[in-house]
Amino acid sequence: MADTHPSAQAGPSEGLLTRVSDTLWRRPTLLLLILLTPPALWLGIIYLGSLFALLLQSFFSIDHFTGLINHEITLATYAELFTPANFDIIRRTVGMATIVTLASAVIAFPIAYYAARYAKGAWRAIFYLGIMMPLWSSYLVKVYAWKLILAKEGILTWIFEWLHLTWLLDAYLALPVIGGNSLSVSPTGTFLVFVYVWLPYMVLPIQAALERVPGSMLEASGDLGATPAQTFRHVLLPLALPGVIAGSIFTFSLTLGDYIIPQIIGTSRLFIGQAVYQHQGIAGNIPLAAAFAVVPIVIMGVYLWIAKRMGAFDAL
Amino acid sequence: MHSDRASLKLKIAAAAGLLFLHLPIALIFVYAFTTEEKSFQWPPPGYTLKWFAATWNRPDVWEAMALSLKVAAISTLLAMILGTLCAAAVSRTKFFGRESISLLVILPIALPGVVTGIALRSAFSIAEVPFSTWTIVLGHATFCVVIVYNNAVARFRRTSGSLIEASMDLGANLFQTLRHVILPNIATALVVGGMLAFALSFDEVIVTTFTAGQQQTLPIWMLEELVRPRERPVTNVVAMVVVLVTLLPILGAYYLTRGTEAVAGQGK
Repeated sequence: MADTHPSAQAGPSEGLLTRVSDTLWRRPTLLLLILLTPPALWLGIIYLGSLFALLLQSFFSIDHFTGLINHEITLATYAELFTPANFDIIRRTVGMATIVTLASAVIAFPIAYYAARYAKGAWRAIFYLGIMMPLWSSYLVKVYAWKLILAKEGILTWIFEWLHLTWLLDAYLALPVIGGNSLSVSPTGTFLVFVYVWLPYMVLPIQAALERVPGSMLEASGDLGATPAQTFRHVLLPLALPGVIAGSIFTFSLTLGDYIIPQIIGTSRLFIGQAVYQHQGIAGNIPLAAAFAVVPIVIMGVYLWIAKRMGAFDAL
Repeated sequence: MHSDRASLKLKIAAAAGLLFLHLPIALIFVYAFTTEEKSFQWPPPGYTLKWFAATWNRPDVWEAMALSLKVAAISTLLAMILGTLCAAAVSRTKFFGRESISLLVILPIALPGVVTGIALRSAFSIAEVPFSTWTIVLGHATFCVVIVYNNAVARFRRTSGSLIEASMDLGANLFQTLRHVILPNIATALVVGGMLAFALSFDEVIVTTFTAGQQQTLPIWMLEELVRPRERPVTNVVAMVVVLVTLLPILGAYYLTRGTEAVAGQGK
């Protein structure tokens, strides 16, 4: 194609531009190099460089007497992760990420299914915006809204009073593990806010997966004698599973790395994100903070590997 | 299951899910008008507009807002340049390491924010870079690239390569082709990517806490108020304004991508 390019007809003022243009057109590798260099440099140096710095720090250790960082390569900091107190933090975070992911999937499924199969015309737009707007609304405002809702004098307590169910709320808060003084300082509160904030990330991939399931397939299942429950269990769910897994990547990863929600709503027990933040800030123990930050990377690496094998990325 | 109408149970579950997503945000709008100062009392004892005036006269809110807008504007511009270049390279040709480039672009948003945050912070401390507006921009631009990239890549894939070849065959040079053929074709995708990147940057808090030093963006200001409340009514008003400010780009992005395959919001 480049051979037929009539560069000779260009005006003299465009001579240089035309020559540059011809060179680039004939040598696509050069063009590619020019296109790719700025983003590759930016991400390669700033981002990968930073990740490398982080990884390096996690192999240093801190001298607990002087508080200075010892720049010798060691695995001692990683060993510290397995002390009971620190391992507890990891276990708590992974446990929370798991139940948040399961709850999100259960709540998201009907929304996604309705939007994918039944929403038509204006309803389609309403569902689309109805999921997009909460997704893009300010993260902090959403957390703040839940502080208002869960506060002792807030709307939830008022609703329970109005329904004459205050005893139920009190009984629930009196439970060990999941209860607390009020919902806003209980693990249940943390759980609710996590589910709320990450829910749209679960709806979208499930909806994308369900949109590819032809309605006739579900009808066929019914015609062949399956009850709706059987159709759901044996036809719909397996087809939606890649979408659920894709969504779970978001909800799981986001919960693992979050440190603001458990700080504002919940108990004083730490999550991984909070541990990272505190160790690098007040404690000045950057190696341990770095080692803690590597934990979600490793967990997500394993998770992504499994998800890929189950075909989750085709639904993104 | 074999009718075209949803069962009642499904309707209720879907509607309840959507309400669960929206009621908390609606509550923010009510609290902005409450007369109660000290607690989060529901129902509000009365309604007033005076907190809007009080917020208007707070210099710290204005400063935080100005910094947020500045950071979001610069980051968006950088992300649009880097994201478009990257998308053009990846969608036009196949080359060795192409998959790694897409992975590299997605990584800053795929890894938890706290990882990106502390990684940048340790890099700054090793390189002895002092905290400034630019360190915030550096972090924001890095994770905004993927938003522009996703939108641009989808559009590049749909723009036929023969269109570009036709333009060149008809005598346009590469720059004329860029100006008259490529840019008009990808313009809306770029605008949408830019708006979403702006919204993302304007709202970001986790990475920012690691890269901001003493400066306060609006989300950092809000975080301070959440952790150590000073004047709750002012926070209520700011929260409402933030919701409105972030909604504008989203509605704009939706309006521009209507009727095409949905790309708005993908990969946040």
